[in-house]
Amino acid sequence: MRLGPLIAQALEIAVALAAAPLFVGWVNQCRAWLANRSAPSMLLPYRNIRKLFHKDAVLAQNASPLFRIAPYVVFGAMVVAAAIIPSLAGRLPLVVAADAIALVGLFATARVFLSLAAMDVGTAFGTLGARREMMIGFLAEPALLMVIFVASLISATTALPAISAHLASEHLVIDPSLAFTAIAFTLVLLAENARIPVDNPATHLELTMIHEAMLLEYSARHLALMEWASALRLFNYACIGFALFVPWGIAARDIGPLGLTLAIPLLALKLAAAGAGLAVIETVSAKLRVMRAPEFLATAFLFAVLGLLVHVLLGGA
Amino acid sequence: MSIAGEHLGQGRGAPGLRHRIPQHVIASPSSPFSGSLAVCLALLTAWLVIGAAGLLSPRNVRYAGRLLFVLGALVGFALAAAAAWSLVKGVTETSVLPIGLPDLPFHLRIDALSAVFLLLLGAAATGVSLFSAGYFRESDGMAPGLLCLQYHVFLASMGLVLLADDAYAYMVGWELMALSSYFLVTTQHRIPEIRRAGFIYLLMAHVGALSILLSFGLLQGGSWHFTFDAMRAAHLSPGWAAGAFLLALVGFGAKAGLVPLHVWLPEAHPAAPSPVSALLSGVMLKTAVYGMLRVTFDLLGHPVWWWGLVPLAAGLLTALYGAVFAAVQTDMKRLLAYSSIENVGLLFTGLGLSVVFLGAGMPALAALALLATLYHCLNHAAMKSLLFLGTGSVLHATGQRNLGRLGGLIHRMPWVAALTLVGALALAGLPPLNGFVSEWLLLQSFLFADEIPRTFVNLLIPLGAAVVALCAALAGYVMVKFYGVIFLGQPRESSLSEAHDCGLLERLGLGWLAVLCLALGLAPVQVISTLAHVTRQLTGSAAPRGATWWLLAPIPGRAVSYSPLVFLLAGAAVVVLTVLLVRLFYHGRVRRARPWDCGFGELTSRMQDTAEGFGQPIRNIFQSFFAIERELPTPFDAAPHYRIAISDRIWRALYEPVAGWVRRLADAMAVLQRGRISAYLLYSFATLVFLLAVVLAT
Repeated sequence: MRLGPLIAQALEIAVALAAAPLFVGWVNQCRAWLANRSAPSMLLPYRNIRKLFHKDAVLAQNASPLFRIAPYVVFGAMVVAAAIIPSLAGRLPLVVAADAIALVGLFATARVFLSLAAMDVGTAFGTLGARREMMIGFLAEPALLMVIFVASLISATTALPAISAHLASEHLVIDPSLAFTAIAFTLVLLAENARIPVDNPATHLELTMIHEAMLLEYSARHLALMEWASALRLFNYACIGFALFVPWGIAARDIGPLGLTLAIPLLALKLAAAGAGLAVIETVSAKLRVMRAPEFLATAFLFAVLGLLVHVLLGGA
Repeated sequence: MSIAGEHLGQGRGAPGLRHRIPQHVIASPSSPFSGSLAVCLALLTAWLVIGAAGLLSPRNVRYAGRLLFVLGALVGFALAAAAAWSLVKGVTETSVLPIGLPDLPFHLRIDALSAVFLLLLGAAATGVSLFSAGYFRESDGMAPGLLCLQYHVFLASMGLVLLADDAYAYMVGWELMALSSYFLVTTQHRIPEIRRAGFIYLLMAHVGALSILLSFGLLQGGSWHFTFDAMRAAHLSPGWAAGAFLLALVGFGAKAGLVPLHVWLPEAHPAAPSPVSALLSGVMLKTAVYGMLRVTFDLLGHPVWWWGLVPLAAGLLTALYGAVFAAVQTDMKRLLAYSSIENVGLLFTGLGLSVVFLGAGMPALAALALLATLYHCLNHAAMKSLLFLGTGSVLHATGQRNLGRLGGLIHRMPWVAALTLVGALALAGLPPLNGFVSEWLLLQSFLFADEIPRTFVNLLIPLGAAVVALCAALAGYVMVKFYGVIFLGQPRESSLSEAHDCGLLERLGLGWLAVLCLALGLAPVQVISTLAHVTRQLTGSAAPRGATWWLLAPIPGRAVSYSPLVFLLAGAAVVVLTVLLVRLFYHGRVRRARPWDCGFGELTSRMQDTAEGFGQPIRNIFQSFFAIERELPTPFDAAPHYRIAISDRIWRALYEPVAGWVRRLADAMAVLQRGRISAYLLYSFATLVFLLAVVLAT
């Protein structure tokens, strides 16, 4: 095996690991600007993770081994996902291992372990968070699959690098079915990453929280891994979005130094724009009541199915 | 064996498949091994002998419970090995056994299709029998020896169903299977609910058997020969062929639990002892799928594309129905039973899709969809048996089936918890376990549905993929509920602290099935190249195997691949590396403390979600599916009381009216029944006169 792709693969994972917390910091910075307040340093997520790693882990008395394994599994799943998603380059060594459907499966694995761990201690908040997370998950997952299906039908493959290479080679006109799925994907991204309007990453108000409720029992290195994993999840979702909807600039064929040096600043640019967009969405919308979240996600699902129908109708013509 | 040059869509308008199949059949028996059929028959007979041996000392648990069941497990293993051997060698053998009625000998036959299902039967029976050897106790209602007899007759009759090559032998096996499983379901026959469940089961089994019988009646096509060979050769008009297909769908659908014929399943599965539930769900439902495959692809030969739409639609409805109902159950075995309904739905979805593809002249895609179906049969047999056995261990340790009284068992029963986790994750369809592979194959075959050259069909079928995706996600929800409520959290009853882990034999049985789940998940290329014998037999096209031994790439010409092994290794490498790095750069110190109670004071186990609570979002979202009866407390109640009962609308909409008509009809008939001997003599006389008149007239 040639060394080039391996280095590119390692670089992609390293970039994801390094950039994910910064991306969260950037979104917070943008939100602060929009809300007219001064933000904490953009490096705060890193400091937070570092601080947590130094602390002693405190476990609940009745925490089982599953509770201790889960952070590693969730983190591992997110890192593998980052390796598969073509954020810098396509055709990397690990890419053959999983296509887009397997990627959705990987996210599901992380979610199931997170929920099981939340139920492990048996507190009211843990189980509440797990239930709500699974409720959102079971609606978001098919919506995401539908989004991927539409892209797969257009490009006749479910391998994510091949999809984005195919879409990048097409003309710049937006495919109408992709427009619908882009809306669906945005809604799924908001829901899956515990953003407003489905969840609020900054709240600990017990009646409304979802993601934070599941993490209440975690501390120190376990919490650090969970936080890092959720930052990675946001980063991964953003990169899936880029691969599907703005696929230009990913080093599809040329995995050389030139392609990669071009891809990194372009990725940074896309992330900056996406983070700003996310901050705008979060600022202008209000949080939904939890029981309204299914409607929100059903909308996403319907948009994705609509995209599918549009594709089949137009594609058949 | 080469599939080189075979492309999707090739074979459109190819000459009838009927001509291709016999060629393969003729070509294959030239294999060096002969007597595969004899070996399988001998093993089935061994099961019968073991069962009969149970009667020698029916009350002796050590003999009938331990020894004989272990022997049965060994026979199961041998059967799986023999079936795998004949599958790999591509053996097709037939023979005629001179038993039964004088003019109706049993025709038997083993080919790729029956070998796959025999493999499934043997492999699942190995695990279930091993577990049973440690499971059945003195107090289980029926004497262990009697149980042993019925259990092994059940296994052998399923084997006969799979080997039968004429309608007569098939129906004998089918009825034997229904009866022996009826007695197994009603093991604890002193409980009225269980007797009722058994009755419904028997009733539905016979409605189904009647329909299958009628289907065979149509299939013989006027030749009045009931061997399967005669049916293959019969030329049916399109209308009769469709009739035979639909009757078979009703018959086998009733056995498999297709909505709206599913009502027996959530009653019978929980009523049976857990190993029997495992066999019912893991193996018996698959014999119905086998029958459907046999009739559709083999006996009918060349299905018409629109036939496939019926099982496709019914399967999707069933899958969604089962998944939604599973999410709101509070009894752990009922939950698994509904989950079985969901999986049966997915199986029929794949079958229907395969028929549509084959009828539209796309055999390569038909093979892909069929592959997904067969693969899911194997997967479901392994994982659902595993989970049912896990509930058996929990039931034995706690005496509870109600999810509201369980919890925290991972501390008390680490073995069961760990092995059940494998099954739960597999059933949730998570990579790299086996449930994901078949789900992946099914979704892949859905992705080609837009190439079907029929305008509305290619529009509607991709929507089916949305339903499959929704069901797969719901399965994850169900499994988190199932596992989380039983094994995680705090124990909901104080008596749970006395729960004990299962014994060695039970661990072995669970472990065998868990290993099957892992193997089916990690070696898809090998499994698929084995199953390709069946797809070649049934669709004339072998689903292409992987690019290499570790990379599954089932579709030539499309850059689509999945490698669970690489997937697992990469994930494991990241996890290990993370653990090591964290230890290296930081530390591994751990302190134990009480859980965070938000300053509220004592946390009790009643503050966790109950099973009802965990299912509440689903209950709200899919409200229209359920008939809900709810009693809510008012603020003035002295003793506040909350009760909720969720039932199936289909009971009230379909079964109760039918039962009413039957009763009214019976009442009307009762007029004849006067209870006076003179009236009956009059009837006999009138009948005699009538018959004489008929004879004279002709």
